[in-house]
Amino acid sequence: MGAGHAHALYVHEHSPVHRLAPQVKLAAAFGFVLAVAVTPREAMWAFAVDAAALAVVVRLARLPVAFVLARLAVVLPFIAFAFLIPFVSSGERVDVLGVSVSQLGLWGAWNVLAKATLGATVSILLAATTEIPSILRGMAQLRVPETFTAIAAFMIRYLELIAGDLRRMRTAMTARGYDPRWLWQARPIATSAGALFIRSYERGERVHAAMLSRGYTGTMPPLDRRAATTREWLVAAAVPAVAVSTAIAAFLALA
Amino acid sequence: MSHSAVEIRGVHFAYPDGRKALRGVELRIEHGQRVALLGPNGAGKTTLALHCNGIYTADAGSIHISALAVADANLPEIRRRVGLVFQDPDDQLFMPTVREDVAFGPANLGLRGNELDARVIEALDAVGAVDVAGRAPHHLSGGERRRVALATVLAMHPDLLVLDEPTSGLDPAGRRELVDVLRGLPITQLVISHDLPFTLELCERAIIMNDGMVVADGSTRDLLADEPLLHANRLELPFGFDPTVVRRDNRPTSPR
Repeated sequence: MGAGHAHALYVHEHSPVHRLAPQVKLAAAFGFVLAVAVTPREAMWAFAVDAAALAVVVRLARLPVAFVLARLAVVLPFIAFAFLIPFVSSGERVDVLGVSVSQLGLWGAWNVLAKATLGATVSILLAATTEIPSILRGMAQLRVPETFTAIAAFMIRYLELIAGDLRRMRTAMTARGYDPRWLWQARPIATSAGALFIRSYERGERVHAAMLSRGYTGTMPPLDRRAATTREWLVAAAVPAVAVSTAIAAFLALA
Repeated sequence: MSHSAVEIRGVHFAYPDGRKALRGVELRIEHGQRVALLGPNGAGKTTLALHCNGIYTADAGSIHISALAVADANLPEIRRRVGLVFQDPDDQLFMPTVREDVAFGPANLGLRGNELDARVIEALDAVGAVDVAGRAPHHLSGGERRRVALATVLAMHPDLLVLDEPTSGLDPAGRRELVDVLRGLPITQLVISHDLPFTLELCERAIIMNDGMVVADGSTRDLLADEPLLHANRLELPFGFDPTVVRRDNRPTSPR
């Protein structure tokens, strides 16, 4: 079971970015991603500007650069896929290092590479500077329907327990000589998934009884809400503002 | 006040699959008493606990908590009066942080703002866990989790505490801390447990249930000294433990 103080993506610091109200960080991250997504891919300099803006945030948040880069590994599968595009795409061909590739495909690959990396970096920054309960409160403040925040909260709360259950079941199997290496040995895994489902379902019933016992009537009580100040909104808005103006400038430059 | 803290009369209950769990339970607990509820697995102890605050509804018979009937119309007040602490704290602690979890009950009672904050701190203080308020439940130790689970119901200012196997999974030190906390609470308590020394230390009175009925009711010391009775109900003292020679100053005292 997890013994750490917080989740693996969080970096404990007391920076101005950590202190910002979670709802402004969520809104800023969302705005930034949208602006990056619509930025025309041909304006390569625009993505450099966006990346520079994020580098400033990393600095302000006092996050170790190595930590951010290591977490970025999560986009590698997408990038590997992106590298296939130039080879399989149709259209005008160009020679790169003596290999004939599609020009449109090259742009497609660049598009995925740049936007996925920037988007993932924003998510990493958000997670590194905001604890999960705060993110949930921020979602509630942004009027995300309570059903969604409640489901997210329960999922996060019980994911670790269910993972623990799964680990113990695997250990029990290994202890009795089960060492799966090939696909046709997967049957016990499938069976244990079923057992895990039943266990989780029964836990759900017990949690519900515990909630009823403490007066739950179908709606979660509103807890711990803090409105963000105008100053916080303005400060956080700086990041998506950079991305939006860059996108607009890129459109104008290409027009 | 002439009424009892708990009055259970002729309660019968069968699960949807037809299995009879309770067959005419009769029980009366006076205010301020700490009562142990003993019995083998499947005797109906937890089922009875879940009747005390209306999670299960009796097929026949009646339950009154401080003279208020456990019935649909009274459920909000019944659930305020009866604090049920579940066997697995992970079932009880479902919010992202300890503070929010302890606030869940009183917030459902309508408390807000400073009043709510004060209630949370008061409850955590009662179990010595104020310092973990900001932590996530899955980052607590077993003992902390158990005490926080207790705080979540204390925050509702209950008249009756029902604890289901409160010492299961606790190490000896965690168990000792729990005994100290429970002995310090001036609240009527019904304690379901297989941990017989624990019940001797905490409760002056004990009830043995078997097969859905109360089969014995008396002082904890007397019941635990009755070997044939324990044997008949699949109860067993730890090796070498003699309830008759436990030091007198260790004997539980009745608050009233």
